[in-house]
Amino acid sequence: MWEIGLGHYLTVAAILFTIGIFGIFLNRKNVIVILMSVELMLLAVNINLVAFSWALKDLVGQIFTMFVLTVAAAEAAIGLAILVVYFRNRGSIAVEDINVMKG
Amino acid sequence: MVLQALAFYVFAAVAVAAGIMVVTARNPVHSVLFLILAFFNAAGLFVLMGAEFLAMILIIVYVGAVAVLFLFVVMMLDIDFVELRQGFVKYLPVGGLIGIVLLVELFVVVGGWVSLPATKSAIAEPVREGVSNTAALGRLLYTKYVYLFQAAGLILFVAMIGAIVLTLRHREGVKRQKIAQQLKRTRAESVQLVKVKPGEGV
Repeated sequence: MWEIGLGHYLTVAAILFTIGIFGIFLNRKNVIVILMSVELMLLAVNINLVAFSWALKDLVGQIFTMFVLTVAAAEAAIGLAILVVYFRNRGSIAVEDINVMKG
Repeated sequence: MVLQALAFYVFAAVAVAAGIMVVTARNPVHSVLFLILAFFNAAGLFVLMGAEFLAMILIIVYVGAVAVLFLFVVMMLDIDFVELRQGFVKYLPVGGLIGIVLLVELFVVVGGWVSLPATKSAIAEPVREGVSNTAALGRLLYTKYVYLFQAAGLILFVAMIGAIVLTLRHREGVKRQKIAQQLKRTRAESVQLVKVKPGEGV
């Protein structure tokens, strides 16, 4: 209980990842919340990587976390830009309309 | 040790609670604010694991840039969020089922894994005593992983240009400077010598 090991961190990461998946299913119509759920899942992955880096005393996990952070930031920027353009064209951000892939 | 454990439980509990609030909050602005709270607590977990640099990066990059970007977009788009929440209850059972199945699977993995003795010899970059986390990461990032570092910069650059190209638009009827046309002008087409007779004007 008072000895925090690798399993504790992995549990937190697993719960956060599940919340991310759950959020995608729950907010099927709202792209913004789906993007936020993806961010939560990436955060859980980062916690996993750092936890293993800490447990194995290996720095490469933290290096990899930085690259995951970079890609997540780029993904958020592009995703939100697409969202803004979509809203400008259609006046809504309902996910169900996005399957119409023509101008 | 007890203090550390207490800190872990507080950070973990608040992070998980904030995560749940992110996906269930009624207003997306509240979702973003809870996302920021979750990031702060994850940064606390990173500090507990001795990854101070990543904790600071998480706060500066995520809370400072990404979450604020989310906040801008949520507030900028004029969306009827009530309409978007329709079907929330309908999707709850299937989402909950998949979530629970995934959680059980992950717990089976967490509870049942063993570390092979070979992992000790497979460690690529062992943490050295007496070097701070930031210095050690910097030494590794700028030597062994410098090409990956440059590639990450390239990804950010492409993302930046992509976001600008996607959202830039030229409205009709707005006067703007066209430098190419200005430079193209010659003396012959822009200056005219007019003979003015005395007493008549132009």
